[in-house]
Formats: sequence, C-alpha cells, structure tokens
Amino acid sequence: MSEYPEPIPVNVITGFLGSGKTSLIQRLLNSPELEETAILVNEFGEVGLDHHLFRNLSETTILLGNGCVCCTIRGDLKDALRDLFSQLTRREIPQFKRVIVETSGLADPVPIAYTLQFEPVLRHHFRLGNILTTIDAVNGAGQLRSYGESVKQVAVADRLIITKSDLVEYGELASLKRKLAGINATAPIIDGARETLRPSSLFEDEMGNGGTGPRTARPWFAPDGRGEPAIGGEISDEALAHRHSDGVHSISIRFDTPLDWTAFGIWMTMLLHCHGDKVLRIKGLLNVQGVETPVLINGVQHIVHPPVHLQAWPDSDRSSRLIFIVDAMNRADIETSLAAFNGLANPVSQKV
Amino acid sequence: MCALCSMLGGQDHWTDTASNPESFGSRSQTHTRHRERQDRMRLINRIVGHYGLSVSDWSGNAYVVRSATGRTLMADNLSQVWKAASTITGKSCDPLDPALIRAIRTGSGPAGR
Repeated sequence: MSEYPEPIPVNVITGFLGSGKTSLIQRLLNSPELEETAILVNEFGEVGLDHHLFRNLSETTILLGNGCVCCTIRGDLKDALRDLFSQLTRREIPQFKRVIVETSGLADPVPIAYTLQFEPVLRHHFRLGNILTTIDAVNGAGQLRSYGESVKQVAVADRLIITKSDLVEYGELASLKRKLAGINATAPIIDGARETLRPSSLFEDEMGNGGTGPRTARPWFAPDGRGEPAIGGEISDEALAHRHSDGVHSISIRFDTPLDWTAFGIWMTMLLHCHGDKVLRIKGLLNVQGVETPVLINGVQHIVHPPVHLQAWPDSDRSSRLIFIVDAMNRADIETSLAAFNGLANPVSQKV
Repeated sequence: MCALCSMLGGQDHWTDTASNPESFGSRSQTHTRHRERQDRMRLINRIVGHYGLSVSDWSGNAYVVRSATGRTLMADNLSQVWKAASTITGKSCDPLDPALIRAIRTGSGPAGR
C-alpha cells in the first residue's frame, strides 16, 4: 500500500423493492473485475435474507442492521466503512479496491453520498462512485407513478439498469425507457436482461480517479449509449418539457458565453440553498472563463462533488452544457437567473 | 485550528477549488486565492445588497454576514452564507426571484421591505 493511497470508490446499488438489486450484484461479482470488492448489504424485510446470499462471497461482508441507510443508520454506514478501513490497514482482511453498498428498496441514496463526502474520517479514504439504479420492467412504471422513493432513486442514478425486461412486450419496455429518460436524461439506460453487464463500464468513474479524460463527460450527454446528445438531440429538453411538465424531469441549458467561475459558484450555492430539495441532480460541462479545458460539475441535491478539470473537450462543441434533474421547476427561470448572475461578473456580454 | 482564535479549520468547499492552481490552469499565475476571495466578496455583496445585507471576508477562512442594524452571523463557506442571510432577513434568498434578477441587471439597491 502506498503512503497516500487513492480514495476507495464506493458504488451504490439502489432500486425499488424487488427490482433485482441482489441478483445484479451476484451477477456482477462473477466477473473477475470485481474480485477485490467489499459488499455492504442493507437488508429490509425478511431478516438476514440478503446476508445469507452474500455470506460466502467475502469475509468483508457486513450486514447493516437497522433497516434503512438513508437517515436512521447513516451512522451504521459510517461505522461499517470505518471498521472496514481499519481492518484493511491492519491487514486483518484481504485487500479490497472497491466497496458496493446495496441499499434497501425504500432508501434514499443521497445521505450515502453525504456521509462519504462529509464524514471527517471517511472523506479522506473513500469517495462516491457511480450510483446504479435497478428498475423492474414489469412493475417499474407503476412504482414510478406511485412511489416518490422510486422516482428519487432514478433521478440520482448514474446508470439505470432495467431488470426482467424479457418478461414484458417491446412496447411496454420502450415506454418505460422513455419515462426513465424523461426523469433522468444523463444516465445511460441498460437492458439488464439482454445486454452484457461489464463492471468496468458500469463503474467507470466520472468524477473520481482517472476520470479526467475527455470521454469522461460523454455518458452524460449520450444518455442511452447510442450517441445522441441529451441537449439538442433526440431527447431534447423541449421534448422532455412537453412530456414531463410536472413532477421530476430533466432540463438542459446551453451557454455560449464562457461562465465566470466565481459567479457560477455564488449562483449554484444560492440555488441549492433555496431549491436543493427540488434540484435532485446537476451535471455540467462548463466552459470557464480563462480556462482552456472544460470543468465537470456533478451534484446530488445539496451535495456537490469537487469540480474536475478535464484534460480536453470531448468534442468540438465549446459551449457550457448543464443538465438539471428537477422536481416541478422551470427551465426558463433557471436559465434567466444564471445568465443574470453571469452577467454580474461580465456586464458586457450576457448572451445565452 | 488557529492557535490565536481557536477557530477550527473548515472543510474544503467545492467552490474553493478555483483557488487550486492545478485545477484551473492558466488562471493560476494571475488568479490567486486572495484575488478569488476579493472577487467573490465583490459579487456576493452585489447580491446580498438586495436584501439590505453585507458580507465581509474573515481572514480568508470564513464570511461575516451583517444586516444594516448590525445583526451579524458567521458562515464557514459560501453555502452557509445563504443560510445566514436567510436567518437574518427571515426570508429565503432565491436566485430565481424576478425582483432579485431585475436588481442584478439594473444595479439597484435593497428591495423594499
């Protein structure tokens, strides 16, 4: 182990009750890419079920005991990760290079991100990796209609994995994909039953170590992996606005004028202070004034990752692109406000 | 911790990354942490002036938010500034508020309260 080891990525696998989180983890763990992985299981419902499924996988499996990771046992998550790291440094357990946390079906994944970023010890040793959300093709659409927890899990995801898609008709599956893209236009949608699931692709870092190459930003702007940009492309904001004018939906903003970093920071902190409960996710590729290469922004509600300075632009487009996943907020309001704040720093050019 | 004032060092805030020369390339030669802080104070005060408040830098480590009547709150970082401003004024500081946006564009002073 080096003197200053890189933070260990913690990936969150979430999804509504019965959406196939455990099956997904079992499937992924068959890959040699995830040999050195610790699993934290948060059970909900039948006692110990998930734990028994995982007990042979690793000595570092820890069962979180109090039901839901989101609020009440965030301390348990903290203790579990601290304990894991302590055992790792004392070499009491095998080396692991990744942690996967499976949440309960009703969990809000955001407090996990909060814990990793702000817990005084953990923030030096762990970092949040991609959030994977499973959606049941059979019941997913109904759950999205009926349960806010399900919508939130989709909204904060970096990857959306549809499970049991072989049990539904093509039209039903296509409808579910459109609904998911409407809520979260930045996350690639993966058909878990028909596509090969490669951990290297699912867990590819966007904000963490090594995530500074130009391809890092591509997934955000090619939501379904087919290369169509979320902004101005097939899943355009206008189209989304018509389909999802109410409730949780994605909106995109493009700025041709370089953004003043100081003004942007003031604006975004103010926005999240006032509307953090309605801004579920922010992702952005920014053209910052005075900087030749783009800056990547990634936020989950009130929690904003440290921005990453990419080594190069992913394409020839030099405009700033921001995608917001919001609950009942208006694109024009956000755009107008950001333009005004940016104009405060650059009073001559307020062109959007 | 500061030995003089016993102030605990705050956590890194995401907006402070701009001060890191390695993160913001060409800015590093001319855009120092101190300069960044000065710029931020200037812009913040344009905003909080709308609410009849002022913000000053406290040793490059915190912010002091003041009302015209002298009510004062400390804020560790930029996010906390808005919380302090809302506490003092008793109303939310909303960047989407059309009145605020008009004030920013016209450079007008405090909103009538």
